Amino acid sequence: MRKIAESMPPKGGFSFDLCKRNEMLVQKGLKQPSFLKTGTTIVGLVFQDGVILGADTRATEGPIVADKNCEKIHYMAPNIYCCGAGTAADTEAVTDMVSSQLKLHRYHTGRESRVVTALTLLKSHLFSYQGYVSAALVLGGVDVTGPHLHTIYPHGSTDTLPFATMGSGSLAAMAVFESKYHEGLTRDEGVKLVAEAICSGIFNDLGSGSNVDICVITKGKHEYLRNYMLPNPRTYVSEKGYSFAKKTEVLLTKITPLRELVEVIEGGDAMEE
Amino acid sequence: MTMNLADSAPSMNNLLGSEADSQRTLYPYVTGTSVVGIKYKDGILLAAEMGGSYGSTLRYKTVERLKTVGKHSIIGASGEISDFQEIMRYLDELILYDNMWDDGNSFGPKEVHNYLTRVMYNRRNKFNPLWNSLVLGGVKNGQKYLGTVSMIGVHYEDKHVATGFGNHLARPILRDEWHENLTFEEGVKLLEKCMRVLLYRDRSAVNKLQIAKITEEGVTISPPYALKTFWDFSAFKNPTVGAEGSW
Repeated sequence: MRKIAESMPPKGGFSFDLCKRNEMLVQKGLKQPSFLKTGTTIVGLVFQDGVILGADTRATEGPIVADKNCEKIHYMAPNIYCCGAGTAADTEAVTDMVSSQLKLHRYHTGRESRVVTALTLLKSHLFSYQGYVSAALVLGGVDVTGPHLHTIYPHGSTDTLPFATMGSGSLAAMAVFESKYHEGLTRDEGVKLVAEAICSGIFNDLGSGSNVDICVITKGKHEYLRNYMLPNPRTYVSEKGYSFAKKTEVLLTKITPLRELVEVIEGGDAMEE
Repeated sequence: MTMNLADSAPSMNNLLGSEADSQRTLYPYVTGTSVVGIKYKDGILLAAEMGGSYGSTLRYKTVERLKTVGKHSIIGASGEISDFQEIMRYLDELILYDNMWDDGNSFGPKEVHNYLTRVMYNRRNKFNPLWNSLVLGGVKNGQKYLGTVSMIGVHYEDKHVATGFGNHLARPILRDEWHENLTFEEGVKLLEKCMRVLLYRDRSAVNKLQIAKITEEGVTISPPYALKTFWDFSAFKNPTVGAEGSW
């Protein structure tokens, strides 16, 4: 009978040791940082020919706007796009990862990706991390079975909906959807409604702001309308212009080309098999 | 909205200890949800639904959260119902004393709003708040007034106000669609739009609401009625199209 080694080397995957430590600290009175619904308004809706996704473009670091014009609508497949709210790194990483998995799957099967495939890959990943991967997603796309729209929560639960909103501005956007959405919207009506919902988030929620991004997905076609609307332009520009103080003397203006350090060898023995 | 008392120095513990706790409000028990109010052409419109929740149970379904105050104002309250009943006792006494002066003057909405603000703020300073968010609206001498007071004494007046969830769900709609000189029908339609969204998205809302109207002529509080809701989206009826067995 073989004796099982007491301290086994970690086999990879997520180690839950620190979670035990956190629980112990909470019992001793440590106030745990609460779940941050970090500033975002993301929405999606199903219209008669497909789905339309929308997002604002503000990325916040606490009270500061870190990026005024970031991209929250991520590419998953030519016919599937995903909006992400929550920790920016988590949404980027998880959508990139599933996007690669979908591509490999497309090569393997020779078929267009289905929205439920992306949904299942995302939800099983998020569930296995028990909510620690803080990504709340609105996934939408059109495949052979029709248009689909889903929401995915950080703990791994999903919903299938005709219209969905996520992020801190979700209530403001949902108010617009609940009062104005109906089935059988045309493309223009849908885009207008999505823009209205995002604007509602931008103007009524402090965590959302700047511009509106929209992505329209229909059968065989997708239109990524980056900065579809810019409702927060910089309106004041100083008339006086900008100039140096009079005491500043320009001594010399010279452009020095950087010296090339790397010599490129043509067809040499760079990488031999 | 719990008060964080864990940070008090040990010497203060006696003042805020468990015995003294029985003398002041720590948490609400029976609560009403949002109230929404707007100014319109002829006066003020308030809407509130009639639910009184006991934690997560919808315990009482005919709670009148809109009341008249004197000749010129109406009040709507969300939060602890017993504290609202206490506030009504204070207000009734205030109006009674005003009437006893018999001087031809009567308290208008501005005066009542100011009185409420003082009451709420002073109670908050004694760490014994009246756990309510109030909406006060009225018309006096042709002047329309709509204001709000929170449980900590934050007060302001505006063209449209809301309490609780109404701030998140109704204010965005009102900011977009409110305009001067709404007619009565348009105002009711707008309020119903807001109340419908609240009914869909606020778990403590019930489908039984009242609308109160106040104009120079007087006050009318409508009998309770229900809103029409729509649940026939195809994604609701058949969410697993294309993926049998999933959810």
